[in-house]
Amino acid sequence: MTVGESAMHRVSMGVRPIRTRLAVTLVAYGALALVTCLLAPLVGSTTISLSRAFDRSIPFANNVDAQIFFVARLPRVMAGALVGAAFASAGVVLQALLRNPLATPFTLGVSAGAALGAILSITFGAALTLGPLLPVPLASFAGAFCSAAIVYAIATRPGRPISTSVLLLAGVTLNSFFSALILFVQYMGEFAETYRGLRWLMGDLDVGGFGPILSALPLIVIAFVIFALLSSSLNVLSVGTDTAASRGVNVARTQRLAFVSAALATGAAVSLAGPIGFVGIVVPHLVRLMTGVDHRIVLPAAALFGAAFLVACDLVARTVLTPVEIPVGVVTAMLGGPFFLWLLIRKS
Amino acid sequence: MTLQVERVAFGYPPTGKATQSFSLVDVSLSIQRGSLTGLLGPNGCGKTTLLKLMAGVLRPHKGSIGLNGRLLAGISRRALAKQVAVVPQETHPAFDYSVLEMVLMGRHPHLGAFQLEGPEDIAIAQDSLAATGTSHLASRPYMTLSGGEKQRVVIAGALAQVPDVLLLDEPTASLDLAYQMEVASLLRRLNRDRGVSMVLATHDLNLAASVCDSLVLVRAGRVLAHGPTSEVLTVDMIRQLYGVEADVRFHETSGHLTVVPIRHVP
Repeated sequence: MTVGESAMHRVSMGVRPIRTRLAVTLVAYGALALVTCLLAPLVGSTTISLSRAFDRSIPFANNVDAQIFFVARLPRVMAGALVGAAFASAGVVLQALLRNPLATPFTLGVSAGAALGAILSITFGAALTLGPLLPVPLASFAGAFCSAAIVYAIATRPGRPISTSVLLLAGVTLNSFFSALILFVQYMGEFAETYRGLRWLMGDLDVGGFGPILSALPLIVIAFVIFALLSSSLNVLSVGTDTAASRGVNVARTQRLAFVSAALATGAAVSLAGPIGFVGIVVPHLVRLMTGVDHRIVLPAAALFGAAFLVACDLVARTVLTPVEIPVGVVTAMLGGPFFLWLLIRKS
Repeated sequence: MTLQVERVAFGYPPTGKATQSFSLVDVSLSIQRGSLTGLLGPNGCGKTTLLKLMAGVLRPHKGSIGLNGRLLAGISRRALAKQVAVVPQETHPAFDYSVLEMVLMGRHPHLGAFQLEGPEDIAIAQDSLAATGTSHLASRPYMTLSGGEKQRVVIAGALAQVPDVLLLDEPTASLDLAYQMEVASLLRRLNRDRGVSMVLATHDLNLAASVCDSLVLVRAGRVLAHGPTSEVLTVDMIRQLYGVEADVRFHETSGHLTVVPIRHVP
């Protein structure tokens, strides 16, 4: 083989067409998510019979297996899949937008805003409802919206690219400020309310039915459509804003859409299940190790892997100390923290 | 005629009422089709700003810029990127893209929002890698390359845009002598073989003298001189431009002018 031939050979080795890679990714990660979501409802502190759960001849009121499957476990698994997918893909988008691999969905203060909303609602018992929406999710979504709006207003100027350093600093500052307000509200509150607030902060996928999932679903679906639309531009944007502009990307518009869609997915997911940490940073990094860094591959892979990851973590949370359930946020952080440190050590 | 810059003024911040300082005061110049033009001037004279204006990344506050007879302001970002490509001084991707992925991003303006690159795009990327002598690096992570390799890969990415005009911002600034010569001969070859018009901002007068057929000298936001290299690169012009006394003479072996700085003249 001549030098020229070997060069060509290596080039063709490097070219696995994006179509093939995308198809393989969707099938492999889709299968993983599907299998996890199908198996998870079958496992738990109580053993259930699937045939009995689906037996229509037994009245639902008398069918304990069906009640556990459809009321307790299935909504929980669906919430886990939706929230895991939302946090993981929002993490990917924000890491590209901020050109910072350490960004998380919570970096921009969205989760702290949501938490403040939830804690205020819990502590002062605001009974505000909107259709099927319960007061706590509603208040937390309002909090997420307000904090995102504040950060956005600070970091954007008309017709100019977003200042990512201002965005990052504003988000981090707002996070601390809201955390201080949360501590203040909790300190002033009654013990029972403080405890409920604390439990909310630990994250919980026991959403209590399909209603809350259906309320969050449209927002997360809208965010996912925008993610898909942006995925190719995010590649160029993560190389540099001037490079992106000279490659035909409308930088200001892409950044705004990325921020708004990531905040939407995060806000909806946080108001559904609380601020479950580490999914938004561990999953994107793990997926990049396996699939490479092209956002057109990483985004769907992270969404599907995030779904499987959170459902699996919740399975551990439900079963590891039976009959006691530990909050899923504790499991993701306990698995995610050391794992992330290991990644960092391995890289350096 | 390819690029026509007419009476352009620009100041920072780029938008808003209170413009603090004007980076470019009144700049007019034209870039001929197929030419290789050097953009010279002291630090802060507005070279990079002028390149960004010509790339459409910034919009002029006054004046206008035309590309092949059409105003830049009336051309969409995507359409413009099919005609004008930029090679920045340095490129630091946030993630560990492979060389081939970096070059394929040059196809971005040619693809729709949900369109994935096809065999034709890959062929163009491979051709660009071959033209810059980087085919053997295709599957390597970009971040592991040396400075000279990186710069050639970035130039390959710009070539994958298949532009009429290539704007380069000090492409040899951080390179050692061997890589400088390599990039210089690459630019000459691409200009000659592909007919790509180039504008090259540089501080390296000898590089400019060896590759550029014409020069634009910019000082304090205005054009000091604009013309063929042999006419513009003179002792007098260098003194006016940099406040430096230099020796300029024709070098027999290399076949172009050489500049040897002698002393600073206050």
